[in-house]
Amino acid sequence: MSRTDRFALSARRRWRNRILMGLCGGAAATALLALALILWRLILGGGAALSWDILRLTTPPPGSKGGLLNPILGSLAMSGAGIAAAAPLGVLAGTYLAEYGRHERLAHAIRFINDILLSAPSIIIGLFVYSLMVVPMGHFSGWAGALALALVAVPVIVRTTEDVLRLVPASLREAAVALGIPYWRFIVSVAWRSARVGILTGILLAVARISGETAPLLFTALNNQFLSSSMNAPTASLPVVIFQFAMSPYADWQELAWAGALLISASVLLLNICARFLARRRR
Amino acid sequence: MRTEPPLPEACADNGRTPASEHAFRLLCRAAAVTVAGFLLAVFVVLAVNAAPALAAFGPGFLTTQVWNPVTERFGAVAPIFGTLITSLIAMLVGVPLAVGSALFLTEICPHRLRTSLIVGVELLAAVPSIIYGMWGLLVFAPFLANHVQPFLIDRLGPLPLLGALFQGPPFGIGTLTAGLILGLMVLPFIASVACQVFFAIDPFLREAAYGVGATTWEVCRNVLMPQGRAGLLGASMLGLGRALGETMAVTFVIGNAHRVSASLFAPGTTISASLANEFTEAVGDLYLSSLQALGLILFVITFVVLALARLMLRHIEKGDAR
Repeated sequence: MSRTDRFALSARRRWRNRILMGLCGGAAATALLALALILWRLILGGGAALSWDILRLTTPPPGSKGGLLNPILGSLAMSGAGIAAAAPLGVLAGTYLAEYGRHERLAHAIRFINDILLSAPSIIIGLFVYSLMVVPMGHFSGWAGALALALVAVPVIVRTTEDVLRLVPASLREAAVALGIPYWRFIVSVAWRSARVGILTGILLAVARISGETAPLLFTALNNQFLSSSMNAPTASLPVVIFQFAMSPYADWQELAWAGALLISASVLLLNICARFLARRRR
Repeated sequence: MRTEPPLPEACADNGRTPASEHAFRLLCRAAAVTVAGFLLAVFVVLAVNAAPALAAFGPGFLTTQVWNPVTERFGAVAPIFGTLITSLIAMLVGVPLAVGSALFLTEICPHRLRTSLIVGVELLAAVPSIIYGMWGLLVFAPFLANHVQPFLIDRLGPLPLLGALFQGPPFGIGTLTAGLILGLMVLPFIASVACQVFFAIDPFLREAAYGVGATTWEVCRNVLMPQGRAGLLGASMLGLGRALGETMAVTFVIGNAHRVSASLFAPGTTISASLANEFTEAVGDLYLSSLQALGLILFVITFVVLALARLMLRHIEKGDAR
């Protein structure tokens, strides 16, 4: 075989390589371009509609001036209550998976179920809480919304807590064991303390996750056109108001929906960036 | 090499375990069991609520298309069909783009760009789905209706057989739009897991392949893809689980019509979109129960898909120390 033949073969391989890797690059470019288009339109539409009135006024009837004060407060209250309920439960369950259940069958099963809950359809959670709370109470309420959000947040916190507790160095464990303290004292004073930034990161990620959730709130908190100080009443939330306003035919409602969408995306992205920053500093 | 850390038993079971230790251990275990109990509770509650509808319609619930709240006759064919077809479109669009992107990001992207691009992809996976749905309704659907669909209807509509997929008026919203939006939404999600899959492959394999003179494509095709097959399948199934249950990205653009049509441009519905649109306005026990039965079906489908995904991804997470 002459040298030129060998080079001819390698030219074909080289071209195939170029074309197919070019396609991969094209896929990445297409994906990034499409997603950039979405963010660009979001910034454009939301930026134009953003003003101080958004924070000062409540949701208007079509055709008059208004803002998003009641859904913003509602979202903050329900996410806050949801996280307050989810964090202790999630941290304790994650602690069991990482510490006590390390070699137990039960822990494997629970980890598996938790991973499924992590990406289970959130609208099903809404249905569940509807039957659990809304039907017995006889009305939609902010508390039911908070419970639905808590159920979405728990698996996230369990997963991250378990992951960070597993990173606690073996030498710390050995030192604690050698001191002769009960194991729970080791968990509380050593493991949790050394992993607290990581646990906080998990909670931040859970906040980010639930602050954009719409589906679990549709059948639980419903919506409320007015400012309400009671979580016992139907409560407005940013995502549900965005849903209602964006689907409406009124231009001013759609504008408010863009503003709300920008607010939500910005806060979710900011929370994620904070969580990443914390996670990086930990190492 | 790391030594196995001491077990809790090492310092607890020495005959004088304090009561506080028992209490704390019980507390942690109770919390974990509660979390797992949610899944069971959700299933039981849905099943109990769905029972009247399933009893009234029997297996026919799964095979009839009628959805008539006035005469109280309900069948799940249209929403199930819509759920499956939109997810199928989403997978056809999302998986190749995601795997291609992941190969680009892990294999050819310059190192300096790589980290920031991967972080970007992961951040995009966190964008709430309502944003995708809203963009789909207000920007993407009008674009499709004005520029893409008329062209496709003219060119592909008259074809035999295949043409049936591309007929009807160009509404903009419909099955195809919903599927495309879903695909866009699961893309960053699948891509970031696929990146992890490729990173988890032993670098020696890659270096050995390059060492015997393979091109980048040949390394991807003959080393990375076969090695990461289970992981990529798991990533896709995870994306599929998301797509099947996704509510907001779909509800905006599906059109909410309870019928099965051959055309991809026709409005349809999915299980989650039916629930989001109708549940709070449903009157009558049988109507509510039928919607809950839809929820139960969705729950079972996604449970199976997600369980398979986790089984396929299991060995990657074990080997992955991050």
